[in-house]
Amino acid sequence: MALLQIAEPGMSAAPHQHRLAVGIDLGTTNSLVATVRSGMSVVLSDENGRPLLPSIVRYGADGQIQVGYEAQAHQCADPQNTLISVKRFMGRGLKDIPHAHEMPYKFIDAPGMVQIKTAAGIKSPVEMSAEILKVLRARAEKALGGELVGAVITVPAYFDDAQRQATKDAARLAGLNVLRLLNEPTAAAVAYGLDNATEGIYAVYDLGGGTFDISILRLQKGVFEVLATNGDSALGGDDFDRRVFCWVLEQATLTPLNANDTRLLMGKSREVKEELTTHPETRFTAMLSTGEMVDLQITSRILAEITQSLVQKTLTPTRKALRDAGLTTADIKGVVMVGGATRMPHIQRAVADFFKQEPLTNLDPDKVVALGAAIQANVLAGNKSGEDMLLLDVIPLSLGIETMGGLVEKVIPRNATIPTARGQDFTTYKDGQTAMSFHVVQGERELVADCRSLARFELRGIPPMVAGAARIRVTFQVDADGLLSVSAREQSSGVEAAISVKPSYGLTDDQITGMLAASRDYATEDMLARALKEQQVEANSILAAVAAAIEADGTLLTPEERAAIVASQNALRQALAGTDHHALKAAIEALNHATESFAARRMDASVKQALTGQKLADIST
Amino acid sequence: MAITLTEKAATHVKNYIAKRGKGVGLRLAVRTTGCSGLAYVLEFADTTNEGDMAFESHGVRVFVDPKSLAYIDGTELDYAREGLNEGFKFNNPNVKDACGCGESFNV
Repeated sequence: MALLQIAEPGMSAAPHQHRLAVGIDLGTTNSLVATVRSGMSVVLSDENGRPLLPSIVRYGADGQIQVGYEAQAHQCADPQNTLISVKRFMGRGLKDIPHAHEMPYKFIDAPGMVQIKTAAGIKSPVEMSAEILKVLRARAEKALGGELVGAVITVPAYFDDAQRQATKDAARLAGLNVLRLLNEPTAAAVAYGLDNATEGIYAVYDLGGGTFDISILRLQKGVFEVLATNGDSALGGDDFDRRVFCWVLEQATLTPLNANDTRLLMGKSREVKEELTTHPETRFTAMLSTGEMVDLQITSRILAEITQSLVQKTLTPTRKALRDAGLTTADIKGVVMVGGATRMPHIQRAVADFFKQEPLTNLDPDKVVALGAAIQANVLAGNKSGEDMLLLDVIPLSLGIETMGGLVEKVIPRNATIPTARGQDFTTYKDGQTAMSFHVVQGERELVADCRSLARFELRGIPPMVAGAARIRVTFQVDADGLLSVSAREQSSGVEAAISVKPSYGLTDDQITGMLAASRDYATEDMLARALKEQQVEANSILAAVAAAIEADGTLLTPEERAAIVASQNALRQALAGTDHHALKAAIEALNHATESFAARRMDASVKQALTGQKLADIST
Repeated sequence: MAITLTEKAATHVKNYIAKRGKGVGLRLAVRTTGCSGLAYVLEFADTTNEGDMAFESHGVRVFVDPKSLAYIDGTELDYAREGLNEGFKFNNPNVKDACGCGESFNV
């Protein structure tokens, strides 16, 4: 007997055609899956009633794969094959991973994305994430009694194309149809129903197990725009456990511990920390392997004191994010708390003091991202009537193309709402040019060297034409997940080339915020650099044209004229070596001027030549 | 005869309606689709329609159009949990046979 859910009026599905959709929070430490049942977003628990799935995968030598708590049990005994925090490796090259050499894994520096050698062979982070997603998918299909039509998967706001693409690939590998990738802070805001509000600016404070993220979102006409992100990729709830652990060592004056006792006390530290969330005081009791007994009284005040500096460490990036967005706390309409660690009362107090308002805490901070993703999935799967607006996202960094001289022509500006498609016309630079190579870049700066390279492709088979005659339409298309495809088409012949961007390397959020800050800090320099580059391109182009003309029709020149042109050419070459774009421009004009009459004579000569030996009748028709 | 809800089902419905923030009650109906001829419809009700039969059970108002009522009169709506799955279940005395899935039936 099937179990039914209450549908929206008029939205009942035919039997066996329920549009089952889920939201998945694929986290660094834990992952969750949620769905909307009878209009209510709920997290789906496993058979043992546990909502969280530790994001841990273990590969056995026999090819057996364990995921979640099962894998976690082997973390200490088999660290090489038990992979934690795989999310940090998604879409990253070895050089992008900080402290890789301190990790117990056998990394292989593959092109594009790092891979890891395990007992079951070489595995990529995409495959590992897919294992986690497979378990969540199986859980959801069991709980919903049918196959899923799709899933919304959340990613950090600062994830770049490579990381988003890797996440999408993992989902595909797990047999999930990705309805949309959604930014985690946006999902949290949706869970609180903030998307129903008219507009406003919200802060999302996300303190997870091992990472801290702060995002400033602006909601405007149904669009969540990420104004700024910041964070600390090495700060989380685990650090608070460690502080308690250190405090215990100090108070109990314990001698160096063996690994088992360390693990025991770390586990106890976590328990005590969680206990103090709801109780003003508790006892820390543990029996060590040496027979020594640890028994201490700890209060929430002590916890607050010993972790004060950690709380402060979250406020520094928060302040930075606000500054990047050009805002003050007075502009913030609401603060959403995400991540289990935000349950600690002294964190909530610190955040409330900082923003001068009570943060939103009535939803479970571990679940809030998954709950929001489920709400979006339900809308995208078609279970809600049209009045519910679809949530839109924006692209975090501008997308553009390299033009002559290493300049960036931005095709889609930052914060454009997605999905979007934009085209721009380009042309050839040389006479008879039959191929053109495109370099797709991401970033805010004016020079390619300062932006991030995403992809390169070539358009071949352009019919030979004079420089500037070909019309090549380059179209950038960004789908709803923020993934980019670029196509180029020569308009007269119709030759086409296209590429889906699967970029090879990722950026850290620090790099992204750094790139954004740099684009402001270097605005003047960039402008000058662009002006100079433009003049350099122009100069090279005119030097080449003059040289070709002299080569072809040098006989038309008197020796004096030729000397004047050569002098101008040399002056221009000299200016080209410098960095003053005004001087360069002047030299270009001088050369132009020196060759004016020569150009006119060449024109006459070529017309004469074209007419020579032809009957009047032939040319007048 | 009437349509009733078990206390458990009523608690869930009230909870869902409160969370949804709108709605006058629950609508039960029957559609002529499905592998065994008829299928249940279970929706939130935002409005009542002319001719609707209205019932109240454990504080939940239930609306049924008269045509559907013929097929489901006497039904008790229950809330059940089966493994990881949970949801509403029609205990309909009119059913002669149902397809394996239980989503569609015959009278």
